[in-house]
Amino acid sequence: MSTFDDIKNLYEERLRFSRRAAIAGAVGLAMITVIALRLTQLQVVQHDYYSTRSDDNRMRVVPVAPVRGLIYDRNGVVLAQNLPSFDLVITRDAVPDLPATLAHLRTILPVTDEDLARFRERARTTPAYRPVPLLTNLSAENVARFEVNRYRYQGVDIQAGLVRSYPTGKYTSHVIGYVGGITAENLKQINPDQYAGLTQIGRAGVERSHEDALRGTPGTKIVEANAVGRPLRELGYKSGINGKSLYLTIDMRLQNVAEQALGELDGAVVALDPRNGEILALVSKPGFDPSLFVNGLSQANYEALLQDPDKPLYDRALQGLFAPGSTIKPFMGFAGLQAGTLTAKTTFYCPGYFTLPNSSRHFRDWKRTGHGTVDLQHGIQESCDVFFYNTAYQLGIARIDEYLAPFGFGQLTGVDLPGERAGLMPNPDWVAKNRHHAWYPGETLNTGIGQGIWKVTPMQLAAATARVAMHGLGFAPHIVRAVGDPGNGKLAVVPPTPLPAIEETQPGNWKQIIDGMQAVAQKVHGTAWRIGRDAPYPIAAKTGSAQVVGLAQGAASQRDQVDVPLKYRDNALFIAFAPADDPKIVVAVVAEHGVHGGSAAAPVAREVMDMYLLGHIVYGQPDAKTSSQPTVAPADAGEAN
Amino acid sequence: MSGDTVLQEHDAQRNPRHLILSHVDPWLLGLLLLTCAIGLATLYSATDGSRSMVIDQAERLVLGVVVMFTIAQIPPEWLRRIAPWLYGFALLLLVAVIALGYHSKGAQRWLVIGPLRFQPAELMKLGMPLAIAAFLHAKTLPPSVWTTLSSLVIIMVPVGLIAMQPDLGTAVLVLATGLLALYFGGLRWRWVLAATALILAAAPVIWLRLHDYQRERLLTFLNPGRDPLGAGYHITQSKIAIGSGGFWGKGWLLGTQAKLDFLPEAHTDFIFSVFAEEMGLIGVMVLLTLYLAIVARCMIIAMRAQDSFQRILAGSLGMTFFVYVFINVGMVVGLLPVVGVPLPLVSYGGTSMVSLLAGFGMLMAIHTHRKLLTN
Repeated sequence: MSTFDDIKNLYEERLRFSRRAAIAGAVGLAMITVIALRLTQLQVVQHDYYSTRSDDNRMRVVPVAPVRGLIYDRNGVVLAQNLPSFDLVITRDAVPDLPATLAHLRTILPVTDEDLARFRERARTTPAYRPVPLLTNLSAENVARFEVNRYRYQGVDIQAGLVRSYPTGKYTSHVIGYVGGITAENLKQINPDQYAGLTQIGRAGVERSHEDALRGTPGTKIVEANAVGRPLRELGYKSGINGKSLYLTIDMRLQNVAEQALGELDGAVVALDPRNGEILALVSKPGFDPSLFVNGLSQANYEALLQDPDKPLYDRALQGLFAPGSTIKPFMGFAGLQAGTLTAKTTFYCPGYFTLPNSSRHFRDWKRTGHGTVDLQHGIQESCDVFFYNTAYQLGIARIDEYLAPFGFGQLTGVDLPGERAGLMPNPDWVAKNRHHAWYPGETLNTGIGQGIWKVTPMQLAAATARVAMHGLGFAPHIVRAVGDPGNGKLAVVPPTPLPAIEETQPGNWKQIIDGMQAVAQKVHGTAWRIGRDAPYPIAAKTGSAQVVGLAQGAASQRDQVDVPLKYRDNALFIAFAPADDPKIVVAVVAEHGVHGGSAAAPVAREVMDMYLLGHIVYGQPDAKTSSQPTVAPADAGEAN
Repeated sequence: MSGDTVLQEHDAQRNPRHLILSHVDPWLLGLLLLTCAIGLATLYSATDGSRSMVIDQAERLVLGVVVMFTIAQIPPEWLRRIAPWLYGFALLLLVAVIALGYHSKGAQRWLVIGPLRFQPAELMKLGMPLAIAAFLHAKTLPPSVWTTLSSLVIIMVPVGLIAMQPDLGTAVLVLATGLLALYFGGLRWRWVLAATALILAAAPVIWLRLHDYQRERLLTFLNPGRDPLGAGYHITQSKIAIGSGGFWGKGWLLGTQAKLDFLPEAHTDFIFSVFAEEMGLIGVMVLLTLYLAIVARCMIIAMRAQDSFQRILAGSLGMTFFVYVFINVGMVVGLLPVVGVPLPLVSYGGTSMVSLLAGFGMLMAIHTHRKLLTN
């Protein structure tokens, strides 16, 4: 091989290589151009799309729960508030050994099996980076005990929150109601956006009926989160609107007085301001502890409440259905006046019973010896049954319904509280449909004295009485007096809702009835003389009692039913308003198994009216000028049917 | 070569005091260090400010530069002579790693010898071009059919072993190195065209006849450790990172895709996405230009090289470096399937950095040991 060949070869090889390198370079440039075009496509053409995707990746919208509005009574007494609570929370993905941590926590804190079960249940549906409460509402002592040992528990924290609290407890349990956890049932009805970040919802009472106002509007927080969703920092904040505070029409003083005045008896007290429909007191006794519901009622507690023979969960004021008994008589008298079957001068002779024409059946008066000749005022004052048998008989059931319906019997009052019941006003259609028989003439007589199938609620009775007090003017009963705006603190007063007035067909009809009711409290033979005689203001009232079970007439007529077991004794009813000439308050009282309206229910109403009109209780005080007189008028003995 | 007598050592004219530096190509060194500096800055961001990982990588860079300078001192003839031994040694280690390799992410790639832990496949990245270049140097070029077939055997045995580990990415790169060496050795065009045509014709037909899940399975089968949750998530997040960077980028350390853990393998295979997110199209073009400049410098060195061995070696090393970049970037922008190929000089990883710089050491050796024909 010559040098020349070598060199020639060398040149040839170098030339060949250079060609190949040039081709490789060209292919390489083409490939890199494809890459560059692809990058341009991603970073310029599709930049907006990917930019959005990137933000969607990292940004999470986290709801910020609004603070629930407070509830006050008409004088500013707090009825529902939010108290700070300390919860023990566990962030599972920060805990190195969860079973060991839980076991060790049990040695320093009172963790029950139920707490553990609830924790596991919640943990199942919560991401591991989100804290799950193990214990709620820790005592200061337990908080301290944990803090001392805190270093041992990685991923366990004390979290401050707010818990709903009801300082007036069982005294307002039916009015205020309570909040509780949002149930699966609730979720079907609510708009989830409005409950973002919230875990509780109003379940009863004002908490439920005014849920929308109390709740507020959730805000949002935009946080940057990593791929597993753990929030890392806050990017933006849109504040929500806290719930509105409610100023109720309730006067807590009256509420307490009513509760105490009922004494041992269960029952309901409704006090209204007849001039605007404001509910001054709304008591259903017994109440219950609403705080039991806030943190989730245990099955045992719930069973206990359901099994309680006094039925504490049952709101007697709005849902209790009672026969009105003799409290219906003023309304019945008014119906007679309106229809023209009665006048002020109409009298009936009361021999102690009434018989229908062509019948020998005696419809008894509560007073076996009879009241003698009775006019309307005395009929109301002494609660003469025979007078109203006659009145009802002359009116007939159709006209009774026609003239009593405007008072709202058998209808909802429309109060802004949940669960109200309509009751039942006797009428032939209902009997035909539900009892499958034609209307008996005797039923008209029973209707005349508020017995039979009559069912009224205490609220209904109070609202109807307010109509009488106001000479026919009416206002829908309502519980919220003013709504406070959380932003500017301004109060928006809820205006009264007028109802169609009941016009008297003859001038003086209203006065006739009111005079009769005043006689009840202020005349010696009046059935409420006991509470009216020493009152510093004029009272118009009517007593009543209603059978709980259909006792034999003889047993029912026993004067005090002392031999009858409590649960079979008659319910005592009472309606009143005062001052009779310028009504400011109407009270309706039902004292279950109290037997006599005059003795069991009337004093409750009197004390409530004292407190409202005078600011303190005069009734029954030893220094009151007439209270020491021991003997009470015979009419006080009460009435029965 | 009998022409040695008229040739002079290039070195003789250089200052002996700078003997070591005289074998360093300043162009290549400058471009490499610039790229590595960008790599370290990007790594710092991709690891969310992990100093220890950046220091780790910088130590490897220093080690790599030392290895590069050392190899640059070796005359290319020596390299040619040790080529078969190095290839044989690497082949032995590949067999060893199959037998007793260290498991990492479900694949056997690592060999632990005392304190050393490295991937023999990386050694083969150097052994392969050396072996082919040395083999072809001894033959008449362009290679005959027999020479071509022998070369293919030299190439396919280690590629098969690496694919068995399994490490599809490295196998592809080693295959590319060998084939590129064969190409620069003057492989007949009909072979090149036939092979290219065969691959181009067969690949899409096979690929298209597969169902999506079969493609997925195929990729997973070839490379199980890399992508257990499906290639879709990686590529989607990578495209979001790149696309959201836009023209100007989000700014250094301000990328969110990697920082918030949406982008998997952000500091290794998908580090280009981090860079693209933070530096934008403008930064990406600068980086790609740097890579192209490195490749161009390699090709210049190759064209100035003085024998077939050196040319083939330099040419294949240079173009393999380009293939590295192309496969990695092609993968992260969603043009190529996800195979485990790191971005050279930038991705976090030890042996890859050292073996790359060792390769550039050979290029420097080739360039600085040239002999002048006259004077």
